[in-house]
Amino acid sequence: MNLRQLLAALALALCCPPALAAWNIASLMGELARNPGGRAVFTEKKYIALLDRPVVSSGEMRYVAPDYLEKRTLAPKPDYLLLDKDQITVERGKHKFTLRLAEQPEILAFAASIRGTLSGDRAALERNYALHLSGTRDSWTLNLSPSNPRIAELVTRITIGGKRDQVLSVEYLQADGDRAVMTIAPIPGQ
Amino acid sequence: MNLPLKPGARARIPRAVLVWLCGLVACAVLALRADYTADMSAFLPRSPTPAQQLLVDQLTEGVLSRLLLVGIEGSTPEARAGLSRALAKHLQDGGLFVSVRNGDAATLAIDREILFSNRYLLSPAVTPEHFSPVGLRAAIENSIELLGSPAGMMLKQLLPRDPTGEMVELIGSLDTQGGPASQHGVWASKDGTRAILMLQTRAAGSDTDAQEAAIERVRSDFAALAKAAQPPEARVLISGAPVFAVNSRAAIQSEAVRLSTLGSAAVVCLLLIIYRSLTAVALGLLPVASGALAGIAAVSLGFGSVHGLTIGFGTTLIGEAVDYSIYYFVQSDSARRDGSQGNWMERFWPTIRLGVFTSAIGFASLLFSGFPGLAQLGLYSIAGLVSAAAITRFVLPHLCPATLPIRDISPVGLAMAGLWRRLPRLRPLVAVLAVAAVAILAAHHDRVWNASLSGLSPVSEADQAIDRSLRADLGAPDLRYLVVLKAADRESALAAAERTGRRLDGLVEAGTLGGYESPARFLPASATQEARRQALPERAELARRLDAALEGLPLKADKLSPFLDAVDAARHQPLLSPESLHGSTLALAVDTLLLRRADGWTVLMPLRAPAGDAPLDPAPIRAALAQDGETGALFVDIFSESTNLYQAYLDEAILLSLAGSFAIVVLMAVSLRNPGRLWRVIAPLLVAELLVMAGLALAGTQLTLLHLVGMLLIVAVGSNYALFFNRADDNPADDPRTLASLLLANLATVIGFGILGVSPVPVLQAIGVTVGPGAVLTLLLSAILASPPKGRSPP
Repeated sequence: MNLRQLLAALALALCCPPALAAWNIASLMGELARNPGGRAVFTEKKYIALLDRPVVSSGEMRYVAPDYLEKRTLAPKPDYLLLDKDQITVERGKHKFTLRLAEQPEILAFAASIRGTLSGDRAALERNYALHLSGTRDSWTLNLSPSNPRIAELVTRITIGGKRDQVLSVEYLQADGDRAVMTIAPIPGQ
Repeated sequence: MNLPLKPGARARIPRAVLVWLCGLVACAVLALRADYTADMSAFLPRSPTPAQQLLVDQLTEGVLSRLLLVGIEGSTPEARAGLSRALAKHLQDGGLFVSVRNGDAATLAIDREILFSNRYLLSPAVTPEHFSPVGLRAAIENSIELLGSPAGMMLKQLLPRDPTGEMVELIGSLDTQGGPASQHGVWASKDGTRAILMLQTRAAGSDTDAQEAAIERVRSDFAALAKAAQPPEARVLISGAPVFAVNSRAAIQSEAVRLSTLGSAAVVCLLLIIYRSLTAVALGLLPVASGALAGIAAVSLGFGSVHGLTIGFGTTLIGEAVDYSIYYFVQSDSARRDGSQGNWMERFWPTIRLGVFTSAIGFASLLFSGFPGLAQLGLYSIAGLVSAAAITRFVLPHLCPATLPIRDISPVGLAMAGLWRRLPRLRPLVAVLAVAAVAILAAHHDRVWNASLSGLSPVSEADQAIDRSLRADLGAPDLRYLVVLKAADRESALAAAERTGRRLDGLVEAGTLGGYESPARFLPASATQEARRQALPERAELARRLDAALEGLPLKADKLSPFLDAVDAARHQPLLSPESLHGSTLALAVDTLLLRRADGWTVLMPLRAPAGDAPLDPAPIRAALAQDGETGALFVDIFSESTNLYQAYLDEAILLSLAGSFAIVVLMAVSLRNPGRLWRVIAPLLVAELLVMAGLALAGTQLTLLHLVGMLLIVAVGSNYALFFNRADDNPADDPRTLASLLLANLATVIGFGILGVSPVPVLQAIGVTVGPGAVLTLLLSAILASPPKGRSPP
């Protein structure tokens, strides 16, 4: 490091005081990234214009940092979805198929929204979304607005709520006005 | 004709020469007019059972024989996808292909559109009960539940038009295999390094010229596109049955020419070195060339066409037929020098004649083979050898000048004579070797013979590896297990496929079967379609039932008016015909599985083993099919069927060879009239065969039909040596010139077969590696086992 770089670094350090006081996206991401994962139960309600009542499903989720996320729906019909590294596997009844995420940019973007949040990977989130954080460390809300037009055609906004390093709800607002709300309750001691 | 004739014969041409010349002209005309082929079907058996006929049909005419797999490698994934699309467009416009598929969304959209607009004719779920209030409610409830699944977003748009979920059912049946992976909208290998296309040629699989043109078209179109692309470094891989056929043909053709040329050149050089006389070499080759011509003419007459491999086999004939003139020149020269003037005819001809008959009987056993290719080889060899020997005997003496100045090769014989006289001391070693060979063969007894057709395939290992990897990328079914049905017309064929399909559904439910394909999946029998159409209620009635069905569900009937419209339209829509599938992947599926034959229609229903490593268990499938006797459904395991088929022909060939060997023993017994001599002639041949088989077994080579042909050739060639060493009057070890002629003849034979032995075409290579060592062994063994020399000191 030469003298000029050293001075520049010092100047930066002076201008930006350590983020002890302000709670911001960076500190949320840092906290999320330290969560090693665990199991949770979820309930998902889909509000569809076509139907008078939401479609409700529930089951279990398991997350292992940073890139393994399993969603096992138990009711009303068993269903299985697995995001593992760059592969997505879907199973229902006798049918099972696996896709590589790299080949499916839209699915990749969806996967990135939830997995990027869980692992605190800000770069992955900002690749496809503009981030907006509100609330407090104990009750935060992170809004993701698609910056990629192909994703914006499908989803208008993704709202993720949580407490400290736990994600507790995910809401997808679809471009056609339908929405899906998932509430997540961590199973303690995992 | 400016050949030196004997003094006194100048006035008129001897009759033998006249006959020879006329025969030569006739054979040349036949050979020029002959029809030459090079496709491997000559090495496919003439098939006796329906299952085997099906197998051979599939190999020669079936859809698989017209399927090309194309991989695009290198460059970037985006560039590969672009090339895949551009190539598909070019090939579709070119007209050489009936189907070009690359997984492009546009093609898939056609399939989906056909499935969607005909969903009420295609879906097996469509029954009167399905459209009762209870049935409707169950189906709609299920669809609503599906909306909650990850696929819900896609299904949401379909629901108002298809609340009973027929499309989900149909798509599910399309995608049971998982299908190829996709990258940038086109098919790609699972590891994402290749774009994949699947092409079906318009021309039949047996039309190798047209297949070659189609493959060339893919290469040239790709080359043009890749050159224009940036960056331009993409490569194309092409595989599939047509590529194998074209490559095999090219390999066989070039090998036939190359080996014949090399073999002839080598033998000519050898003769030149020995004789040091161009005249002698030219005269020596006359019987060979005439014999080859006679062989081609005979095959053309007998079979209507001549296979390229038969010509390639000509080099072996050079190796053997040249022996006759070598014996003639060297031995008659020897007789002349000895003063026993010109008595070759009396001293040596009977021995050679017996050798020729022996060979002819050996090859005659090939004539009865079920493989047309082998029968050709048999006829070619008999005609060639008999004419070459006859020309040596009857024509050559007239053409030879009184003093043919050939080099005296007796010094070679003299130099070797001492050694050869000591050879009989090795007898105990022969006994040991023979016992060891038997022991080795006994130890390898279950794997001495290669029990599959692949041993005959001229397809290189590299080509097969490319094919396997492209097939794995595509998830293409291996078509090992099939249910085969026959019917008089298309409708009854489809109806039979539906009945059998219902039987198989039970096995799929039970988990004994992974799944199956059926042409009726995309083209149900008209009666079935009609029944489904009848099951659809008319509009007012459906609306009433729907109201009842939706009671208590979160879906209001007014959201489903598109459903009422769709069912109403379906009640008046025409039934699906093969034409309505045109241009889609579905048409290809139907064409592959529903075949028109001269005697009616055949349905193929490929079966898939259940997931996991367990192989398919045929017993429950056969049992299920047997319940439905009237369809005559047949379960076929292509792999074991082809293995059985080949095994049957191998058994037949072994039996024929044994019969031929027995005939040879009888012939020799009658000619030699001496059990001791008979034994001394047969023993070297027997031991040589044992040693060659044991050697090949030790080298890990499994014997095929062609090795068996090679073993017949060992008898054909070796019997000459054995007979020479066991002539009544003397042992060649005592006569340096006769010994030299045998060594020379042996060398010529080994050169001919040695060249075959290095051929990359397995059919030719097998013969080479058998006969080359076999010829040397029979000569040595004949010398070792011959009755001891009479003690004359060498001259």
